[in-house]
Amino acid sequence: MSVAIEVQNLRCEFRVNAGWFAAEKRVIAVDDVTFSVPAGSVLGIVGESGCGKSTLARLILGLLKPTAGTVLVDGKRLFDLDRKARARLIQPVFQDPFASLNPRHRIKDIVALPLAAQGTFSRAEIERRVAQILERVGLSAAMGERMPSQLSGGQRQRAAIARALVLEPRIVICDEPTSALDVSVQAQILNLLADLRRDLGLTYLFISHNLAVVEHVASEVAVMYLGRFVERNETDALFRAPGHPYTQALLQSVLTPEPGRGVPDIGLGDAMPDPANIPPGCRFNPRCGIAVERCRRVAPTPMARAPQGMVECHLA
Amino acid sequence: MSALLDIEDLEVMFGGRSAAVRGASFQVEKGETHCLVGESGCGKSVTALSIMNLLARGGRRSAKRMSFAGTDLLSLSDREMARLRGNRISMIFQEPMTSLNPAFTIGSQMAEVLTRHKGGSRTAALERAVELMGRVGITAPEMRLGQFPHQLSGGLRQRVMIAMALMCDPELLVADEPTTALDVTVQAQILRLLATLKRELGLAILLITHDLGIVARVADRVSVMYAGEVVERAPTAELFRSPQHPYTRGLLSCVPVPGRVQRDRPLGSIPGVVPAIGPGFAGCAFRSRCSHADASCEREIPRREAAGAHDYLCRLAPQFSEPQPA
Repeated sequence: MSVAIEVQNLRCEFRVNAGWFAAEKRVIAVDDVTFSVPAGSVLGIVGESGCGKSTLARLILGLLKPTAGTVLVDGKRLFDLDRKARARLIQPVFQDPFASLNPRHRIKDIVALPLAAQGTFSRAEIERRVAQILERVGLSAAMGERMPSQLSGGQRQRAAIARALVLEPRIVICDEPTSALDVSVQAQILNLLADLRRDLGLTYLFISHNLAVVEHVASEVAVMYLGRFVERNETDALFRAPGHPYTQALLQSVLTPEPGRGVPDIGLGDAMPDPANIPPGCRFNPRCGIAVERCRRVAPTPMARAPQGMVECHLA
Repeated sequence: MSALLDIEDLEVMFGGRSAAVRGASFQVEKGETHCLVGESGCGKSVTALSIMNLLARGGRRSAKRMSFAGTDLLSLSDREMARLRGNRISMIFQEPMTSLNPAFTIGSQMAEVLTRHKGGSRTAALERAVELMGRVGITAPEMRLGQFPHQLSGGLRQRVMIAMALMCDPELLVADEPTTALDVTVQAQILRLLATLKRELGLAILLITHDLGIVARVADRVSVMYAGEVVERAPTAELFRSPQHPYTRGLLSCVPVPGRVQRDRPLGSIPGVVPAIGPGFAGCAFRSRCSHADASCEREIPRREAAGAHDYLCRLAPQFSEPQPA
């Protein structure tokens, strides 16, 4: 099977001004991340806010330059490609369909823009493709004439998906695509994304903080903590037998609709992760319930975990 | 025994045209957690704000009954309501950053609640603040007194909001999506805290949420809202075991349940969107999205009993046999 995304030793640092007279701080948002996504599959990435998952998405889209490391998309180095070629290969769907669509353009013009920007499509061809993709995502031709403010949240997210797919990319980066939507609409959008992937042979990188949603859509899941993948595995294996204490805590904190079970005690302290101040040793040790002396001194390295995953923990 | 909070036929209008709440009725008993659940725009937050008399300008409320511990809330003057608010009924909001004042320290904001309502010295109020911050699990509470809201994480800010809401020993806590802006791990910690406070202080909680997982885990009783109406009311276990209203059933089928995922099968979803409801709207507001709808749904809908304390707003007779899709 061919590889759609290959990321090697990717690292991204930001320099942050800490105050007028204080020294500059370095925030390591993505720290030595390596993974690959086979074509046609879905890699889910989960983690808390500030763990670097959106930064990772921006790096893979080429919207940010990494400090170190390489990104190969469909076998080509992302930074060797020009913007137009990149746009034909990889496209984003963002969280907030209220902010990601230009409020002063009609939906069909928004969807047509990626085609027009390529500069190689005739007007008739653009119209044909826009009509086709709008129908495919479940928007009527009449919707195409409207402005974003005249659409509901779910309809806007459909328009954002149409815009992402109109160039027929191979890969779609979905960054929290349903987090701003109501549950009944979320289900519609998740079903649409699943249909599109099957019919068009797409590869998704699916970023979400909602583990139940990730379990539903992803074939493989990576858990991110303070810029690193601390665990990665096939979805069923990861949900059945999580190896990392952080993965375990995340899974426990999912509130399934089962009455009478109460709210679980996930056993995490209230030390919040701070990417500007990553602790020595294992980066999770201040919140970990089972940390030992070694965890405070030595950073764990990735270890293989059945069936084909990895985990970064001394005790897993 | 009469309920602590008793609301009957609440209506809230904005600008005389759109009705945000249309005849909602529910009761919150002493010491129980009552969840108002529904999707955006269903009127659940407006219901909470109208209880607190904090509706935005242009909002008008009316009700057959709106009483708190035997006091008629509708007849209170603004000044009388201000004495109740933050004192015997307190409220926490979704976004703790916007509901704390960024220009004042945590200590002075917390102390003000107590000195304003109960009088007494500022020193005593600060002591109470430290005690409560310890109680809600804030580490180093003395240090927090001098800190500003922006120096705290989201989870800590929400804990400060809860501690502040408890300053005057309220009987009712109204919590509007208190964990929606937080990470799942922090959400679990905050919800556990609310459950502990309810048990230890005998606090009644009106919890507003869109998350059925939260409802299942913390509520004693549930009211499901749709388009400004309470369409189903039931004890929590009963609601999840045998939901009656087609909207409740649809909502439950939309939620992916971890461990019971079938990746090849689509999730259940509710087709269509919430209709615009203008004056003179009659009948069931869900009928345009409901697979059981027929002509009789355009007439007035009866409230049916499914079991004791379980009723719903639909013409369909109760069904108990059909197992729920996971």
